[in-house]
Amino acid sequence: MSDQGLDKDRKRMRKVFSRPKSLKEVPFHYCPGCGHSILHRLIGEVIDEMDLQERIIGVPPAGCAVLAYNYFDIDMGEAAHGRAGALATGLKRALPDRVVFTYQGDGDIAAIGTAETIHAAARGEMFTTIFINNGVYGMTGGQMAPTTILGQHTTTSPGGRTGKRDGYPINLSEMLALAKGSVYIERTALTSPANILKTKKAIAKAFRTQLEELGFSLVEVLSPCPTNWKMSPVEAWKWIDEVMAKSFPVGVIKDTTGEKRDAH
Amino acid sequence: MRGNHIIGEAAIRAGCRFYFGYPITPQNELPEYMAERFSKLDGGVFIQAESEIAAINMVIGASMAGGRAMTSSSSPGISLKQEGISFLAALELPAVIVNMSRGSPGLGNIAPAQSDYFQATRGGGHGDYRNIVLGPNSGQELANLTFEAFDLADTYRIPVVLLGDGMLGQMMEPVEFPLEVQIRKLPHKDWTLTGAKGRPSRFIRSLLLDPTEEEEHNWKLMRKYERISKDLVRYDTFALDDSKMIVVAFGTAARIAKGAIKRVREQGLKVGLIRPISLWPFPSKTIKEVAKRARYFFVFEMNMGQMVEDVKLALEGSGEVHFYGRPGGIIPTPLELSRVIASQYYQKRLG
Repeated sequence: MSDQGLDKDRKRMRKVFSRPKSLKEVPFHYCPGCGHSILHRLIGEVIDEMDLQERIIGVPPAGCAVLAYNYFDIDMGEAAHGRAGALATGLKRALPDRVVFTYQGDGDIAAIGTAETIHAAARGEMFTTIFINNGVYGMTGGQMAPTTILGQHTTTSPGGRTGKRDGYPINLSEMLALAKGSVYIERTALTSPANILKTKKAIAKAFRTQLEELGFSLVEVLSPCPTNWKMSPVEAWKWIDEVMAKSFPVGVIKDTTGEKRDAH
Repeated sequence: MRGNHIIGEAAIRAGCRFYFGYPITPQNELPEYMAERFSKLDGGVFIQAESEIAAINMVIGASMAGGRAMTSSSSPGISLKQEGISFLAALELPAVIVNMSRGSPGLGNIAPAQSDYFQATRGGGHGDYRNIVLGPNSGQELANLTFEAFDLADTYRIPVVLLGDGMLGQMMEPVEFPLEVQIRKLPHKDWTLTGAKGRPSRFIRSLLLDPTEEEEHNWKLMRKYERISKDLVRYDTFALDDSKMIVVAFGTAARIAKGAIKRVREQGLKVGLIRPISLWPFPSKTIKEVAKRARYFFVFEMNMGQMVEDVKLALEGSGEVHFYGRPGGIIPTPLELSRVIASQYYQKRLG
């Protein structure tokens, strides 16, 4: 086919897949098979579809996603390790008509930031938390996280995590569901096209919960870390579904949005 | 009006609408005042946070959004806030932090002390940075400096620390307040996070992985600190002109010192006072200048000797410095102090 013919074909082609406009034209730095890139894209798609780019503010954590502001084309304010819940509280209280979300890893939210998270949920702060759980401290090289499951090998749980020596993993989302101020908490996994779509739906629902001022919302996303798990991306997906999800079952953990809406 | 209440009222009149804190004595009257006033004030946000750490990070959030935000505490609580203060400095965010300090280290007690001078004037958290530090010594000065602290914080995009003590917080004095500002008439901030409407998106961060970028950021902060050092030095003097010995003291200690100086002057001793009001930037030039006439300095602090180091640095060897300190929450009377000053005066054969 001549070049001219190609050009004609291109003109006839409809663009069916492109970068969300709330993501910058910057390639992700994340490792091959890492879930951050997928999750960033999902959030970007939801922001576009809900037309939130001009009224949303994100709070990235310390951890692998600390550079999220390099990728999101939205306002973002970086938090110290674990402090996103408190920072977002200050932001959202100052700007109640904007949409505020934090993006936090398991170490950030369930170890050093536990207090900030539990109390933000208890107060019913009207922001959304995207909690990405890969069971390790990724950025620092794969140390044991509060969500490392029993038996899982990390650089600081040699031979596998044991309850007696290392303590037990924390199911933070289930704990947060007990808080009176939380209204919507769902755990999803980035392990198949279907599950990725479920994650996107959950994010959209969490943002809607916030827009309706119903209370605190959180989506926990089980996410692969092939580098630190020392697996191939495909093995990592399988491991989440077959092993990790036994400790962290996916599904809706709490949804009182209906009752809250009625009460309003 | 009580000192802690004065701070609250002055803050509100300065346009502060965001207060985040955690209970600790001897400053509880301040959050209580803010809770009461904000409960009736449109746009006022009061949160009793789960910790000092959370409170300072809520300040960061409200400040990023462009609000005038404040937190307060006392010594052990201020230690917990230091991580956040380092971030405020790095992120160049305005904030006002009140420390009504108490006897330390550790849990210490709840009596007035000045042992957080180093922590306040040297930054306090990790990294190379400074805060503007103001040391009021009366109810009226609490009102004026609190009010002004918000302007300074916004002008220089810097945390401003109001370093008082339990005495100033509890003491009741008559006070005249500045007129309330109109918040919408405050200077526009072109760096806030409000959602990227009608402008490119912004981010505020302190992570600078490239050392050359981090170095440039540090130099940028340094240039700002140099500007502040030039523009903002504040101090007060008393009976300086004929003095052979100069007392240097700040805050509550300076009030005691002034009383003591009045007593020794009645006995004919030529003693004067320099009272630094801005503790950072420190009035070094003034002290060096005064040393050309009077070379004997008597530094009095309610601690084991912290500001005395700044006095020595200011003098660069051009004067003699005697230190008298009472740490742990002890407040000596002017009479007690006058005896120590007089004894030193005679030992130096000045009279």
